[in-house]
Amino acid sequence: MLDIAQIRNFSIISHVDHGKSTLSDRILELTGAVDARNMRAQYLDSMDIERERGITIKAQNVRVQWKGHTLHLIDTPGHVDFGYEVSRSLAACEGAVLLVDASQGIQAQTLANCYQALENDLEIITVLNKIDLPAADPERCAAEIEQVLGLPAAEILHISAKTGAGVPELLDRVVERIPAPSGRADAPLQALIFDSAYDQYRGVVSSIRVMEGTLHQRDRLRFMQVGANHEIEEIGARTPEPVPVDVLGPGEVGYLIAGIKDVGGARSGETVTTATHPAPAPLDGYRDPKPMVFCGLFPIDGDELPDLRDALEKLRLNDASFTYEPESSRALGFGFRCGFLGLLHMEIVRERLEREFNLSLIATAPSVAYRAFLDNGNEVDVDNPSELPEASALDHVDEPMLKATILTPSEYTGAVMDLCQSRRAEMVRMEYLSPERVEFVYSIPLAELVVNFFDQLKSRTKGYASLDYEPDGYATADLVKVDVLINHVPVDAFSTIVHKTQADYYGRRMAEKLKELIPRQMFEVPIQAAIGGRVLARETVKARRKDVLAKCYGGDITRKRKLLEKQKEGKKKMKNIGRVEVPQEAFVSALKLED
Amino acid sequence: MTSPFGVYVHVPFCRHRCDYCAFATYTDRDHLMEAYVHALGEELRRGIDDGGIPPASSVFVGGGTPSRLPADWLASVLVAIPRQPGAEVTVECNPEDVTEALLATYRSAGVTRVSLGVQSTVPHVLEGLGRRHGPPQVNSAAELVASAGFASWNMDLIMGGAGERKEDWQQSLDEVLGLPDPPPHISAYALTVEPGTPLSRSPDRHPDDDQQADRYEWADARLAEAGYRWEEISNWARPGHECRHNHLYWSQGNYRGLGSAAHSHQDGRRWWNVRTPDRYVALVHSGASPVAAEERLDESQRRFERLALLLRTPAGVPAEALSGDLDDLVTIEAGRAVLTRRGRLLANAVSARLVDPGSSTSGPVDAPT
Repeated sequence: MLDIAQIRNFSIISHVDHGKSTLSDRILELTGAVDARNMRAQYLDSMDIERERGITIKAQNVRVQWKGHTLHLIDTPGHVDFGYEVSRSLAACEGAVLLVDASQGIQAQTLANCYQALENDLEIITVLNKIDLPAADPERCAAEIEQVLGLPAAEILHISAKTGAGVPELLDRVVERIPAPSGRADAPLQALIFDSAYDQYRGVVSSIRVMEGTLHQRDRLRFMQVGANHEIEEIGARTPEPVPVDVLGPGEVGYLIAGIKDVGGARSGETVTTATHPAPAPLDGYRDPKPMVFCGLFPIDGDELPDLRDALEKLRLNDASFTYEPESSRALGFGFRCGFLGLLHMEIVRERLEREFNLSLIATAPSVAYRAFLDNGNEVDVDNPSELPEASALDHVDEPMLKATILTPSEYTGAVMDLCQSRRAEMVRMEYLSPERVEFVYSIPLAELVVNFFDQLKSRTKGYASLDYEPDGYATADLVKVDVLINHVPVDAFSTIVHKTQADYYGRRMAEKLKELIPRQMFEVPIQAAIGGRVLARETVKARRKDVLAKCYGGDITRKRKLLEKQKEGKKKMKNIGRVEVPQEAFVSALKLED
Repeated sequence: MTSPFGVYVHVPFCRHRCDYCAFATYTDRDHLMEAYVHALGEELRRGIDDGGIPPASSVFVGGGTPSRLPADWLASVLVAIPRQPGAEVTVECNPEDVTEALLATYRSAGVTRVSLGVQSTVPHVLEGLGRRHGPPQVNSAAELVASAGFASWNMDLIMGGAGERKEDWQQSLDEVLGLPDPPPHISAYALTVEPGTPLSRSPDRHPDDDQQADRYEWADARLAEAGYRWEEISNWARPGHECRHNHLYWSQGNYRGLGSAAHSHQDGRRWWNVRTPDRYVALVHSGASPVAAEERLDESQRRFERLALLLRTPAGVPAEALSGDLDDLVTIEAGRAVLTRRGRLLANAVSARLVDPGSSTSGPVDAPT
């Protein structure tokens, strides 16, 4: 067991791209945890997607030694979608290194993460990174940090995670400033799980922080939130290679393997105690994160449905925060309705399904979870637009709201306000953090944010604005369901719930797009967008007139037969909407809403 | 009754290559003509000797430009082909090659039918198609052919050439039908853009499907009014003037092709000769087979092919061989589904609805409408 007084537990918190993973790499090198020969960039980001996108999705932790102390570096997820996991990681720490890019200054996530660290009573060490860049302006950034966050400019460290300059001083500061954990070795065990990952050989491997008591290799454990008992298979510390230990004492961070089959049985926020002398209560702050964004995922090749089901099951072993249930669509066949923490989470899951499981998928447009209140007093949750009850039975519909914080250079104030206004956002607050930087707080419907908002914000501010958001309840809005009908048959995949003012635009655009995408048929095909029985837009795919081959003599017969055979084969790949044959690609293209 | 059998003779020589043409034909191989004619004779002899070429009910000489061969050379090939009594023998000619002497030589070699590659009677359309003849040659060739005493004759027309307006197309057909002795058989082809041709590389000259459909429908009505009956998608004939050789193709009959790139069919086996005349001549002269490749159709392929071919003709297919809702694309008469005028233009789409009557799991799966 480690001497608790020599332990320091901390996270690095920052806006995306401010250099967190690079700093982690330098710390691993400097403390000798990883020798130069085995070093690779973004050492702690184990997934390909994490390295490629330059973000951390899974929280990782590593134990390093520095001048007689044991430091536990807890790497937090770097995206707002995983805010809850960040909060659990911070709960495992006594301190945080707030990392700010000296060329960019404070960004929206800097603020959000800093506030979260303060809420957790963490000691904050402020660091300006990338001081070697020509564009770095450490004086201005330091002044801003002092003014906005109240962290003294004089105490801010200047480092370059890339070159390693200032990193030893940072580690000295961690030892000096961050308090040692508290906790009694003989108290009933309370260990916090702040991340779990699925390993195909060992089952679930959880990252834990012992808050109170001592965890022994021989203990029988109780997982207090799920209410299940488990035998320990192995406990240990990551250095970063896993090293088994017999005991993890108070304040220690390590890993736990207990024969659990999926990460849903060992979620972030879970409290682990012993079955024999359980703690009287679990730790505070457990939450079951609810999916915020939904979409249908369908295999392009219907034969891949069982493969998709297997893949979802496997992925869920490793990610308890997305949900899926079978869905059947007239247009797209059989698939799954999936729920995600946010847009990035949705993209990541989809990308992993395609990449790691070699599937080709169609995703329907992202939707949010509406609450439909019926005239008869009942309330229905609707995360699939095609399931919204008929307007005649509806009293009103509520939609999920967000509190969005946007930081932008002041020259883009107008651009940001225009964008927000066009997205039904209401300004809650606007504040000049400095003459050059403005903070906006908006109340915005989640549905508006999931459609392209972030890209628009970036493009309208030349990439300078940053965004952070958190759920902010529900609000009633004038929402309608727009259906798209091909030859009078509604196509569920294109049904959408939009604000009344946007219905015409959506309907017209969908009808126009489908007109281009649906090949001419043997008969005329009307395409309509409608709210209930009211048609908003109509386009017509003219009947095809001619496809016949003019000549069919001795030398043409083989060629013609092969062409017809190919055509018959191609027909099998068509989806039939009524008697209209629509190629799968038409749905895929129509569902790409980015333009 | 002897069963029908066809012989096709391919002549791969042309004076000029039309830029829409994808046939195996050459403008620079005239020096091969003599050797080619000998090779045709040799291939024919071998076929007769091994029993592969029984007496033919029809012979068709196509190309290329058969009339580019010296007429007596072609005649020497024709007379060597065993024929049933009353066999139909067709030779394709370009209008500018037609002379009284040429036609007389053909007649003496047993030719019963001439097919004139006229394509259009409108000068700017002919020019756009890259043809070398003009309206005067068309008229004189038509007159010569009509008076030469053939049992029947045909004119080929093309619709949808670059720059062809609706009026141009109508003028062509009207002029042909207005001849003192109009052809008793007319083939009218919608210009097809074949991959690999110069035409395929200039999209601005590609015909528009909708325009072609309009022209086809107009032509079909005009021909019907003039007493021609629809014989196949692109062929119309006055009663008694149907081309027997072509019906052999459309009824999946047996035929033997002689010459480079010529195709043959015998009871579900289809094969074809090497494409270039040089290789063809070399192979035959060295005693080797000129066959390039073959395919053997299984029973289900044969049934499908037979139906798809029949569907192009007024014979139609058994009504139960088509699935789904085909609107006004077919009419059902005496249990047979026959393409309507609109349906003919969509024959490929209709063919995709053919179900195999021989298999128990029938056909394409359509959602209920």
